[in-house]
Amino acid sequence: MAERERSHTRPRGAVFVPRAQVMSASDVHRAITRMAHEIAERNRGLDQVVLVGLQTGGVAIAEQLSAALAEVEGATITVGTLDVAFYRDDIGLRPVLPEAATDISFDLTGTTVVLVDDVLFTGRTIRAALNALGEYGRAQRVELAVMVDRGHRELPIRPDYVGKNLPTRRDEMVDVSADGVSLGELVNR
Amino acid sequence: MSPFPANLLSMDDLDTEGIGEVLAVADSFVEVGRRANPKVPALRGRTVATLFFEDSTRTRMSFETAAKRMSADVLSFAAGSSSLKKGESLRDTIETIEAIGIDAVIIRHASSGVPARVAGWVEHCSVINAGDGWHQHPTQALLDLYTVRQALGGGDAGLTRFEGLSVLIVGDIRHSRVARSQVTGYAALGAEVTLVAPATLLPPSLEGWPIAGVSHRLDDVLEKADVVSLLRVQSERGSGAFVPTLREYTAGFGLTARRAALLQPGAVILHPGPMVRGVEIASDVAELPASLITEQVSNGVAVRMAVLFLLLGQGPIEGAHRG
Repeated sequence: MAERERSHTRPRGAVFVPRAQVMSASDVHRAITRMAHEIAERNRGLDQVVLVGLQTGGVAIAEQLSAALAEVEGATITVGTLDVAFYRDDIGLRPVLPEAATDISFDLTGTTVVLVDDVLFTGRTIRAALNALGEYGRAQRVELAVMVDRGHRELPIRPDYVGKNLPTRRDEMVDVSADGVSLGELVNR
Repeated sequence: MSPFPANLLSMDDLDTEGIGEVLAVADSFVEVGRRANPKVPALRGRTVATLFFEDSTRTRMSFETAAKRMSADVLSFAAGSSSLKKGESLRDTIETIEAIGIDAVIIRHASSGVPARVAGWVEHCSVINAGDGWHQHPTQALLDLYTVRQALGGGDAGLTRFEGLSVLIVGDIRHSRVARSQVTGYAALGAEVTLVAPATLLPPSLEGWPIAGVSHRLDDVLEKADVVSLLRVQSERGSGAFVPTLREYTAGFGLTARRAALLQPGAVILHPGPMVRGVEIASDVAELPASLITEQVSNGVAVRMAVLFLLLGQGPIEGAHRG
């Protein structure tokens, strides 16, 4: 069986066609290292810090951040993953399917959670994530790390750690992968 | 790719992809069920009604729990205390329910085809078949598939391990809506289904059934089975008249401790419930680690959450026909 397109950010049947690369793989790597330093600087000791990557784009970034923190600070940071499909405010308006089950096998009470996503756009995913996080304990603080902030916020949400601020048009699409960051369009097949 | 159907009336409504979709979404709901607070706001503001014209414990409670865990409101309709008693027709009852503003009706009825008929009457709500006569019980088949995938596949999303899997469906196939849904579901995923029953408990014709074979001797086929799915002898549908005595049925087709010992390592035992211990399954066998009967019940909630979410939570999909 062909793996089904399960993304809630991309309509079914559409494919991403890149127009320009805005960050190379090594740019992304440098940004990860810098963000790791910033996280360590703000959360001295990293004792209570956990990373939670949003399914699916944020998970790989969260893992890279954890590896960078291990390198920079010698700290072992727990990584969880979170899917927000059941907490979105557009359920019933468009196809919203879970990407993969949430995996947070630790109590968040008292921790500093760094939510990690690949692209910050309207802020609605983060709003849903904040609601979902509450089910896993009362975090002392929640921070937000994103690889790309593309603007167009619809809610009062701002990131604490940003890989790159990237001005975009609303109808453009930002793709973050192991090869870097590209700007392009969604095209219906 | 095909959109998820507007109603779930039969396993025929789902292709392989649709089945895969239900099982994958159910994984997320199993995770929800493990939380201290197993409730999500996914279907807040939606209303679901259960219309059961036949007795049920697990299916009704399972559907109601599923809807409540997704924050939907649940109306429970009991045929015995409704206006049907005053002579109102089923059609008028359904139209009343739709006019109240229900998003989904979950129907169980002793007559085959009632859910399909109701689906033709309603315009704005989804219809889920929770068992109609001898016809279909799709969510039972889906939760069986989920449970088997969980047991054999370690939670893997792939459905490929069903290919060539040897599945025995044992018992009163003639009167069983569960068997009809199971056969369709297992066959869609490539499993090889063998029906095991006395000739009197098989349907008059098996033409068009996607099965690998039929056996009248459980002992002959048990050793190569990966999945043994048992069915109850349905005395309330008169299946008692199709076997000389229940004791004789047990001697030939009951999963006794002796027979369970013939199973290969890793084989699993399923039963949709309610089970009659000592008839189709020995009490000790139901407690074996290979028996997944309790898992079936807990997975049932997650699978029904997935079905409700896919029917009600998806919003407009291009090209989909809803209502």
